[in-house]
Amino acid sequence: MHAAGALARPARDGGGALMEPFIRPIAIGVMIFIVFNALIMASAILVLAERKIMGFMQQRYGPYLVGPHGMLQPIADILKLVFKEELRPKGADKWLFTLAPVLSVVAAFVAFATVPYGAELALGPWTLPFVGTIGPLLDPPIKLGIADVNVGVLVVFAVTSMGVYGIVLAGWASNSKYSLFGGLRASAQMISYELSYATALAAVILLAGSLSLREIVDSQQGFWYLFGVVPVPKWYFFVQIPGFLIYVIAGVAETNRAPFDFPEAEQELVAGYNTEYSSVRFALFPQAEYINMVTMSAVATDLYLGGWHFPGLPAEYGWIAFLVKVAFFLFVYIWMRWTVPRYRYDQLMKFGWKYLFPAAVLNLIATAALVLYFNA
Amino acid sequence: MPETITFYLFAALAVGASVLVIGQRNPMYSVLLLIASFGALSGLYIQLDAPFVAVAQIIIYAGAIMVLFLFVVMLLNAPKEDGADWDRTHPLRQRGVTRWGTLLVALLIVQLASALMAVREYDTPVGAQSDATSVNSVADLGRSIFTRHTFAFEATSILILVAMVGAVVLARREDAQ
Amino acid sequence: MIPLSHYLILSATLFAIGAAGVFLRKNLITILLSVEIMLNAVNLTFVAFGRFAGDLDGQIITFFVMTVAAAEAAVGLALVIALFRHRESLNPDAFTSLKW
Repeated sequence: MHAAGALARPARDGGGALMEPFIRPIAIGVMIFIVFNALIMASAILVLAERKIMGFMQQRYGPYLVGPHGMLQPIADILKLVFKEELRPKGADKWLFTLAPVLSVVAAFVAFATVPYGAELALGPWTLPFVGTIGPLLDPPIKLGIADVNVGVLVVFAVTSMGVYGIVLAGWASNSKYSLFGGLRASAQMISYELSYATALAAVILLAGSLSLREIVDSQQGFWYLFGVVPVPKWYFFVQIPGFLIYVIAGVAETNRAPFDFPEAEQELVAGYNTEYSSVRFALFPQAEYINMVTMSAVATDLYLGGWHFPGLPAEYGWIAFLVKVAFFLFVYIWMRWTVPRYRYDQLMKFGWKYLFPAAVLNLIATAALVLYFNA
Repeated sequence: MPETITFYLFAALAVGASVLVIGQRNPMYSVLLLIASFGALSGLYIQLDAPFVAVAQIIIYAGAIMVLFLFVVMLLNAPKEDGADWDRTHPLRQRGVTRWGTLLVALLIVQLASALMAVREYDTPVGAQSDATSVNSVADLGRSIFTRHTFAFEATSILILVAMVGAVVLARREDAQ
Repeated sequence: MIPLSHYLILSATLFAIGAAGVFLRKNLITILLSVEIMLNAVNLTFVAFGRFAGDLDGQIITFFVMTVAAAEAAVGLALVIALFRHRESLNPDAFTSLKW
């Protein structure tokens, strides 16, 4: 990278030197802006995708009227929610009623901050016809990912466990018994499945030897050769299939999605913790849920499916492979919701504590033993 | 320079939130303010080059212990302390207590600080020396816990097990049958 | 770079605030919260001194303090629940029947 910069530098001397100290902060600011908007757009697209896919699975078209094939449906939904009346029940706690959805959404956005989604970006060198060679604009190149912290995996986990507060407070602040039950059940479920989530994560950390998500992805480069001939990408999915299943199940339970969405199920508990919410405060809850889905899918992609590495794809276009993999996970989330029946609350807790957590611990022990055996 | 700003910001947040914790009527607000204080402390730990402790603080304290407190407050429907009673008995609203109490608290701070600063070189900026070991690694922490401090680690895990069983037994409803 | 004394004064202040909370508040849960404030102040002191000495022992002790704090909070809250069921009050002055 630096050699390329040195070759290209002479073309940048005239007039380019003024912008130099600003290019990097501007690039990082643009990246943060793009990621923030991408997350918001993702939650809007997921609203549409969910209803369309649900429709197709139920042998009907989903939303069809608003825009071509219903593509402007999310805009219609958002406009409807914004124009509704903002209600607050009389006994509801003034501050906490508003704080709860804000906390949910903020935790959802912040959790994405340490997730890397691409390799390095150097923006150049480009050869243009009249100007000559424009050197790499970002030298050293920026890594695609908002923050690369050396304990990145734990930061995602920590911020996700702060998202529990949004639900618990929403349930309590609404001053209504359905909301309170929904809130308590949802938070008890989330903290129970956090254990299995963390233990499955620990097995991948053992394999990768690092807590930084970027390093975990980078250790999945390359190929193993099965029987000496068949190249298999070095993704951890292939060596950790039980761990992967445990992680995905725990991730689905963490985001309160079906089949673990008893606390917000319409048929069971009115609408659970968001019963008393309307308009914008209500809209923030599904948005937080969709963004949590995206974060879980992104982290699962980074941990098990090799992130942005794809056999044959050059590193600069890795983010496309990343998006495809995340989209695959989101499809699996939606597919699961409309195919599988919902767990009852006691079945859900029994499954989490009695079956999933011991399985995760066994997975960790087996992985540790195998790592020790193959490295010794 | 940015370090000084973040230090004062986090310190002000931690102290402010802690003072509000002990002065709130509603225990729910106290718990939430304490979570804010823990967040500020987590920021301070990051400044002290302890990222793992910072994240563990959020996961363990703010994410688990405080959820436990919140559940208990909601379960007991802990009443907001009554208005008239509050004004009469609230310690910070009585003149004598406010004057002498604040004096005692200030005295305690001065005494603790002077005891802690018996270290001779307390003015050296933290982090100025031994920058090589500052990129810690969680691996070194783990190695140290599992080799030098194994006994403490095992004893602590037994302690948690005992506490877990104890908490379940203590909070159980005494059924007549 | 922040001098060590700043961190020490901050943790002394937090400890004193926590101690004031334990002595002055008349609500069992707030008393337990103040104890948590004190434990955190101690953690900060350990980490600051650990960084000052350049080694990891400060952080290691912090883990044990956090774990013990978690165990203590769990048992303390279980006791508060049991007490509340008995007397319907969270005021420590309601539990003085053994006082002579």
